[in-house]
Amino acid sequence: MIEIRFHGRGGQGSVIASELLARAAFAEEKDVQSFPMYGVERRGAPVTAFTRIDENVVRDKSKIHTPDIVIVLDMALLDSVDVTEGLKPDGKIILNTGKPPEEVDLGVDNPKYTVDASEIAVKHGLGSKVAPIVNTAILGAVVKATGIVDIETLVDVIKEHAPAKKEENAKAAEEAYEKVRGEKDE
Amino acid sequence: MSEEEDVFRIVIDPKDHRDLPRTVITDCPSDLMNKTGSWRTLRPIVDKDKCIKCGICWKFCPDVSIHVKEEGAEVDYDFCKGCGICAKECPVDAIEMKKEEDYV
Amino acid sequence: MSEMKIVSGNYAAAYGSKLSRAEVVAAYPITPQTEVVEKIAQLVAEGEMDAEFIKVESEHSAMAASIAASNAGARAFTATSAHGLALMHELLMWASGARLPVVMTNINRAMGPPWSVWADHHDTLAQKGTGQLQFFCENNQEVLDSVIMAYKICEDEEIMLPAMIVEDAFILSHTKEPVEIYDQELVDDFLPSYDPDYKLDVDQPLGFGSLGMPDWYMDFRYKIFEAMEKVPEKVEEVNQEFKEVFGRDPGGLIEEYKTDGVDVLIVTMGSISSTSKDVIDELREEGHNIGLARLRTFRPFPVEKFRELIKGVNVVGVLDRNYTFGHGGDAAREIKDAIYGHHEPIVKDYIVGLGGRDLTPKILKNIMEDAIALQDKGLDKEIEWVDLKVNQKRWRR
Repeated sequence: MIEIRFHGRGGQGSVIASELLARAAFAEEKDVQSFPMYGVERRGAPVTAFTRIDENVVRDKSKIHTPDIVIVLDMALLDSVDVTEGLKPDGKIILNTGKPPEEVDLGVDNPKYTVDASEIAVKHGLGSKVAPIVNTAILGAVVKATGIVDIETLVDVIKEHAPAKKEENAKAAEEAYEKVRGEKDE
Repeated sequence: MSEEEDVFRIVIDPKDHRDLPRTVITDCPSDLMNKTGSWRTLRPIVDKDKCIKCGICWKFCPDVSIHVKEEGAEVDYDFCKGCGICAKECPVDAIEMKKEEDYV
Repeated sequence: MSEMKIVSGNYAAAYGSKLSRAEVVAAYPITPQTEVVEKIAQLVAEGEMDAEFIKVESEHSAMAASIAASNAGARAFTATSAHGLALMHELLMWASGARLPVVMTNINRAMGPPWSVWADHHDTLAQKGTGQLQFFCENNQEVLDSVIMAYKICEDEEIMLPAMIVEDAFILSHTKEPVEIYDQELVDDFLPSYDPDYKLDVDQPLGFGSLGMPDWYMDFRYKIFEAMEKVPEKVEEVNQEFKEVFGRDPGGLIEEYKTDGVDVLIVTMGSISSTSKDVIDELREEGHNIGLARLRTFRPFPVEKFRELIKGVNVVGVLDRNYTFGHGGDAAREIKDAIYGHHEPIVKDYIVGLGGRDLTPKILKNIMEDAIALQDKGLDKEIEWVDLKVNQKRWRR
C-alpha cells in the first residue's frame, strides 16, 4: 500500500489533487481512498489531504501517519507545518518551488524533487499570480518523480474530472512532468 | 512578552485529563489570537459620504465588525469575515463588497 | 447501467436516496452531513432525481416534514448528525409511534461540549430508545446499499418503522472510495414503490396520531413490539435477496469475519471494523484463534445471533466508540444483557476513539492482544478507556 500526504492552503486544490491521484490509480485498477484532514475548513488555512493506493482492497480507515510520499503545494507552509513528519526513511518529497532540490533544506535525507508549479499554473491561466491553482501541475511532477501512475492516465483523469479549464490543467500537468527535477538528475 | 504570549499566561499546559478543568474553558479574549479578518475573500468598503449613520449595519453584523463613528460606519478589518450582510442591509447602499486581493 | 464512481460516504447516501426513488427530502445542514443534502439538491435541480426538496429551518422540522410526507404516502428521506439528531429526538420517537418508514442517514459525530465535529457513536446510541432501526456501516458502499435495503425492510406492512443508516463522520462521510452506483432498473425491481394502506388523502380523510387512553395506549405499543420482533428475520431476508440481486453482502445483522470456532471474539461497529480486519488477519497469521463480529444492526439488537456466535468463545473484546455515563459502553452492555443466562465468556469493554480519536492498526492490535491475554489472566477491568493522554504510551507502543 502506498500512502501519500499533500500539504497546501485552503483554495489551492490540495483536496482535489488527492482525489485526482486516487482516480488515476483507480483507472489503473488499484483500490483507492482519498480524504482531507478533517475539520472546519476555510480559505488560507493549512490543508492536509491524503491518498491511499493499493493493489489489494484498502481496508485501513485510520489516519495516515507514515506517508511514503509527501507533496508540498506551498513553501510558506514550511514555517508552520512539519511537512516531513512521519515520512518513511526512503519516502520522496515533491515541492512547489523554483529552487533546485539541492537548495531545499528540510533537515532530512529523503529524496527531494522540485518544480515551479506556481509559474506553470499561472502560465496556463490557472488561478491568479497571487493565488495560483497548482494542484494539477504538482501532480504531473509527482507522477514523474514516483511513477505511481502513468502520465497518460493522469491527463485523462484531469480532462474528465477537473472542475474547470480541463485542457489547461492537463497541459500544466504535462509541463510539470517534463520540468520536475530530482537531486541527481536521472 | 508580546501581546499574544500574554494571553496564554493563565492557560495551563495540560499533560492529561488530571490537568484539565472540568469542562472546556477558554481564556478570554481568544480573539487576540484569532484574527478572522484573514478569512475574507471580499471586503466591505464604506462610502462615508453616503453613510447616514443609522446603525443598521452594526445591528446586522454577525461579527461585531462594523462600528458607527463620527465620520460614518467603519469596518474592523481585523475581524470582518466579508459576509456581505452589511452591504445588503444598508438602506442607502453606502457599502460595496470589493475583492480582498485588490486591497492586500 | 451500473457504474463505479469514487465518492464520499455522503454522496453514497445521496445516491442511495436517488436510487431508492425518495420522493420528499426535507433537511437542514450540519457538518459533516451537508454534502448529503447538497448532492440531493443538485440531483433534483438537474432533473436526475424526481423529489420534492424542502429546505426546513431546523432538524426538528426536517423530521416533522418527513413524517408528514411519509404519512401522505411519499417515500421520505432525510439526514443529519449529532446535535441535529438530538434536536430531532422528539420526532424520531414520533416517526416510530406513528409507524412511518422514514429512512435517514445519521453521520456519527461527537456531542459537545467540548465542541467536536469528529467521529463518535454516542449521538446515534443516545437515540437507541426511540423505536428507530439502527444500522452501522463499515464503508461507503454499505451506506448506499443500506439506504436501499432500509426502505425495503421498513415499508414491509408487518414492519412499518423508521430507520437510520449510520456512517462515521469524515472517516466515511468525507472519504472518497470506489462505490458501485447500481443500474436504476435493477433497484426498481428490488424495491417496489411505497404504497401504504392508510395515508393522508383529501378524498378519504383520516386522522393520525390522536389520543390513546390508558386502556388502549399499551396495546398500540405492543404492536410496535411485535413489529420490531419481526425485524431481525426481515433484515436477514432482505440481505440475502440483496446479495442475490446485486452480488454483494452488506452484512445483515452481524457480519461474521473469520469467527468460526474462535477463542477470542472482537466486536466492532462502523468504520473501525474495516481497519480491524487487517489486524485480525495479522493476529491469525501469528497463530491466534481470533475473529471479528461486526455489529451492523444495533436496533433491534440481534440477541439470538449473539447467543449463537459466542458459543465456545472464551473472551469477547467489545470496542465501544461511545460511552453512556453512569452505565458503560452501549454495545458491551447490550451484549452482556443478550447472553445472560446463556454461555458467558469474559466480556471486556474497550472505550475507544471518542471525538474522532484515531484508531491506528497498532492501537487496535494492542487492544486485541489485551483481549487475548485475558484468557490466561482473567478479566482485569470491566471497562477500559483506551488511548487517553494518561495511558497513551501503553496503547501506542
